[in-house]
Amino acid sequence: MAAEKRVVFRSAWLPYLLVAPQIAITVIFFFWPAFQAAWYSFQLQDAFGLQTEFVGLRNFHELFGDPRYLESFKITAVFSILVSTIGISISLLLATMANRVIRGAMGYKTFLIWPYAVASAVAGVIFAFLFAPSVGIVTFALKQIGVHWNWVLRGDQAMILVVVASIWKQISYNFLFFLAGLQSIPKSLIEAAAIDGAGPIRRFWTVVFPLLTPTTFFLLVINIVYAFFDTFGVIDATTQGGPAGATNILVYKVYHDGVKSADLGGSSAQSVILMIIVIALTVVQFRFIERKVHY
Amino acid sequence: MRFQALTATAFAIGLLGASSAQAQTEIQWWHSMTGALGDRVNDIANGFNASQKDYKVVPIFKGTYPESMTAAIAAFRAGNAPHILQVFEVGTATMMAAKGAIKPVYIMMKEAKEPFDPKNYLAAVAGYYTDSKGNMLSLPFNSSTPLFYVNKDAFKKAGLDPEKAPKTWAEFAVAAAKLKASGQECVYTTGWPSWVHIENFSAWHNLPIATKSNGFDGFDTEFKINSPHHVAHITMLADYVKKGWFTYSGRTNQGEARFFSGECAMLTSSSAAQGNIRKNAKFDFSVNFLPYNHTIEGAPQNSIIGGATLWVMSGKKADEYKGVTKFLSYVSTTPVQSAWHQGTGYVPITNAAFEATKQSGYYEKNPGTDMAIRQLNNKAPTANSKGLRFGNYVQGREVIEEEMEAVFAGKKDAKTALDQAVKRGNEILRKFEAANK
Amino acid sequence: MNLSSPPSGMVENRPWLTFFSHAILVAGVLLVAFPLYITFVASTLTLEQILSVPMPLVPGDQFWNNYTQVITAGSQRGAAAPVGRMMLNSLVVALVVPLGKISISIISAFAIVYFKFPLRNFFFWMIFVTLMLPVEVRIIPTFKVAADLGILNSYAGLTLPLIASATATFLFRQFFMTIPDELAEAARIDGAGPMRFFVDVLLPLSKTSMAALFVIQFIYGWNQYLWPLLITTDESMYTTVIGIKRMITGGDALTEWHLVMATAMLALLPPALVVMLMQKWFVKGLVETEK
Repeated sequence: MAAEKRVVFRSAWLPYLLVAPQIAITVIFFFWPAFQAAWYSFQLQDAFGLQTEFVGLRNFHELFGDPRYLESFKITAVFSILVSTIGISISLLLATMANRVIRGAMGYKTFLIWPYAVASAVAGVIFAFLFAPSVGIVTFALKQIGVHWNWVLRGDQAMILVVVASIWKQISYNFLFFLAGLQSIPKSLIEAAAIDGAGPIRRFWTVVFPLLTPTTFFLLVINIVYAFFDTFGVIDATTQGGPAGATNILVYKVYHDGVKSADLGGSSAQSVILMIIVIALTVVQFRFIERKVHY
Repeated sequence: MRFQALTATAFAIGLLGASSAQAQTEIQWWHSMTGALGDRVNDIANGFNASQKDYKVVPIFKGTYPESMTAAIAAFRAGNAPHILQVFEVGTATMMAAKGAIKPVYIMMKEAKEPFDPKNYLAAVAGYYTDSKGNMLSLPFNSSTPLFYVNKDAFKKAGLDPEKAPKTWAEFAVAAAKLKASGQECVYTTGWPSWVHIENFSAWHNLPIATKSNGFDGFDTEFKINSPHHVAHITMLADYVKKGWFTYSGRTNQGEARFFSGECAMLTSSSAAQGNIRKNAKFDFSVNFLPYNHTIEGAPQNSIIGGATLWVMSGKKADEYKGVTKFLSYVSTTPVQSAWHQGTGYVPITNAAFEATKQSGYYEKNPGTDMAIRQLNNKAPTANSKGLRFGNYVQGREVIEEEMEAVFAGKKDAKTALDQAVKRGNEILRKFEAANK
Repeated sequence: MNLSSPPSGMVENRPWLTFFSHAILVAGVLLVAFPLYITFVASTLTLEQILSVPMPLVPGDQFWNNYTQVITAGSQRGAAAPVGRMMLNSLVVALVVPLGKISISIISAFAIVYFKFPLRNFFFWMIFVTLMLPVEVRIIPTFKVAADLGILNSYAGLTLPLIASATATFLFRQFFMTIPDELAEAARIDGAGPMRFFVDVLLPLSKTSMAALFVIQFIYGWNQYLWPLLITTDESMYTTVIGIKRMITGGDALTEWHLVMATAMLALLPPALVVMLMQKWFVKGLVETEK
């Protein structure tokens, strides 16, 4: 860590005592389990853990020979791109509008941010109900306009369902960051562009949007992380990865193979791969965490 | 010092564990019975608890069958397993192979010197859970078999004879076309697609699901569900999807609600759905045998069961096993079994309960309630229709369902999908074989 | 984040654009609120009304029945535990998790910023790395650890594994870095020890950060899903979010949507109210913790 305090205290034992609770929990609930996951990934076990065999890299080898695992990568990519780009676009539009209006701005904000508070599993249940193949009200509306909606069979529709539910939950987060970003743009810049005769739309693209690029990029990373991990509840409460694996994103597959199918070795191997992906994402994210103090 | 208060809080958080004390020996029973079925489970436990003072059976709902099995596996690995676990039929091989994790029922009964005769149990049911030497490994609890439900009012409206439910898939097609023409939006749907259209289709037509007597004779079994007959059946269903005669409703019982709401006119699903249908349907309906393909020789054979049994987990105290023994005997008594059968739509598991129900005139008063047992006993079971025993079949069934969904969605043809299901299914079987030498 | 300052877009007056903005915002608010409205309506109907497609779009008269049933008795199917108890469990988790996180994070951040000791960077990275290990990827081993410690089905099990937090430690670290060195200098000249400085200077200065963090972590704790799903086997330890999931698991019975939706309302209202009523802290917490 580059930043240093000039003034520091000295004590041979106090700092250790202070970090002890956090380190203890970190070691017990993070490092030890993660280490075990890595260890399991080289093993073949029966469901009950009665027989264990060391199989080296076989689990990894099987994974990369499994077209469905590669398919899960593709699905995860499609899912996170859809969730982040659509979510970010809608939020940016709403934030830009909220930043324009004077009257009611506070009210709009209040009524746009609450979905953040909804647990993703609850969001999943609600959307599963809205889009339920036979009783769902949205299903009914879609039928009226001639759309045959049956996400339990159609993979593309199942994907739409989980994307919509995931975006719905994430709009508030994106919205708040865009609004904060918009409000930090100096008014003088916009006025200058207006004096030059630029209309609102051109002003947005030439002045405002470039200034929002750091925020947008940051949100892109956050949204991808969100789509990778925090949407677990949405998937579990709606499609459970189906139909025919059409919404089986990586993190759900880890859970599914490990917990539901009791394939500990294969699941652990996936965990290890996922950890590597998260580390890469975190490194990207970290640059922004360091940066964000300057907001 | 405030700092101390702070650490004290941190430590207090760590000590928030829950504690409880009990005098009786507690027996945990994890199950997956929801709704009215869950109430019946509680009735049985309460009945047992009221009948004696030494043991207390505590039924705990642990989610769907796969979920509670998963939870039990995780709990076992953590040294925390329940005493009794309700496991669905597809988990049988996994449980059987886990020799260190389970306590076979016949051994437990012998150790406790509890009178126990497997012959008292219905052969079609008990056979599924018996080893090659005729020893019962788990106690059958709730068993059902798929049946074919028909909305008679919709038949009337379509100009069909409501008393003549289609017996074969050929007759089915005739009825479906008329129903569709009469404006019926959803003609037919099914619950449990793999159970109905692969596993029971095979047994009902005396076709093997896999080699080695559907896995009964060894873990080195291989799937046979890509036979021309299977391919023809799934192709037919895919064709019905295109024609609008078959609406897919998902892998569990979601289709049942669509039947009793009147949305779908025909349904294949578990015999245990009868209770809900009877309660909710605002129309006249009939309960029938599954349709069969009349071009396949020997059909219809007999159907196979689904549902679950009670497995006893290993590593408990002798006294606790005594309580489990008493409880399982209680579950098998005729009054409990008759009440369970009549209250739920599951088939009775003992011959005595079946006879008692028959003599009480229950079947005459409630037409359709004996269809399940009649269909199970339609013919003497063959190697193809005794049941199935596949390792990791929770996954195996999922693979089959995934491939079926791909066919119904029009992404694959039946041949490709079933070939793929066999290939993927066999991989799972091999992995199981390797992990359970 | 101060909306009372004049918005930057109003450099000139364009009524149609203002109207357009309002229209978009109203549409946005309605779209966002629509699922909630349907959830509420469904929670006031009977199951039969919901199953008769299309369900009514105005609230029915079963509000009282449905809510008293779920709060006191639970669903008839699925988990039969009363939701009242589950809400209490959720509340305990939602309070203990932020309090625990704030407590252990602020002291470790204090140690990392204000002390020089050999393993400092090592500890810092250890904490930082936890960001990379979401509970989903190490779920089974973590479960085993919890079981070995005997904390399944307990509040300790529900909360302890969740209170290690890299983000909170980060937040406090960043905040401490902005505190002028002169303060610590002055404290040292006065002969005050480090704990004195921590209690008298740092804690009061950190109040707003703590409040903001509390709001965010309250929501985080309330909404936990996968972890409670695995480690609670006793219905009396279920949290509300788990209770809902338990109600929709099928088997051979039907989903009682009216009760599921009533429970969904109960599960989402407390955190939603916290967000809306403590908006200032919420926004601050969100922007500062960034997850």
